[in-house]
Amino acid sequence: MEVIFDIFTGICFFIGSLSIIIGACGLIKLPDVFSRIHAAGMIDTGGTAFFILGMVFQTGWSLVTVKLILIGVFVFFTSPVTSHVTANLARQKDLVPVGKKIGKIL
Amino acid sequence: MKSLILFLILLCLWLLISGYYNFLLIGLGIISCAFCVYVAKRGKLIDDEGLPLFFMPRLLNYLIWLFKEILMSNLATAKVIINGKVEPETFTVKASQVTDVAKVTYANSITLTPGTVTTKMHKDVFEVHALNADFGNDVRTNKMDKKVTWLEGKK
Repeated sequence: MEVIFDIFTGICFFIGSLSIIIGACGLIKLPDVFSRIHAAGMIDTGGTAFFILGMVFQTGWSLVTVKLILIGVFVFFTSPVTSHVTANLARQKDLVPVGKKIGKIL
Repeated sequence: MKSLILFLILLCLWLLISGYYNFLLIGLGIISCAFCVYVAKRGKLIDDEGLPLFFMPRLLNYLIWLFKEILMSNLATAKVIINGKVEPETFTVKASQVTDVAKVTYANSITLTPGTVTTKMHKDVFEVHALNADFGNDVRTNKMDKKVTWLEGKK
């Protein structure tokens, strides 16, 4: 049974690190602030979610599992706020996103 | 009534995080939870906005849908980053929710799915930045908007 959980953990860690690496590449590669926020959001959601899932497989059912899930919940609720604040501040400083604009933007 | 629910939530959180179940620590937990509820009550924080209980009956269903959506758009974002086919676009959408909490939930859900970010909001109009036309169309079809309005349950 332990071996199966170890394999699951390995798969989760692999997917998580892959998404963090791709997100980090995106942070460097994408053209402007607004596009880079998408890459950061990918690290926030995909990376942390899979890493926490992988760790949950290791702890089994205990209080540590609950704490891990709580970490996930708090990251889940706070990461969009930081993304939005970054984007909103950039817009307030009159930074206009590259690419096309559809209709009238605020 | 709402204070009592907040107290119970805080106490559950204390019990889950502390992990020590003796008389002293549970007593301290009850005292600090009661103090927190008192401060929140004095600051008039306990209302529909501070404790959106009207979300609760449909929340689990919504979260499962949101997780699925996040997973899909994570894959799509990874694909876009690897391909390098980035055509960012900015547009506005209208939110059809009534309460402020539901609007914030909608904006946060847009931001949480990679590939779309809410950059500005004014009353019920959101300015959304999308990485690609596909992501933009996902938001413009108002699927998520309808889902959050359903989650709110006021219409």
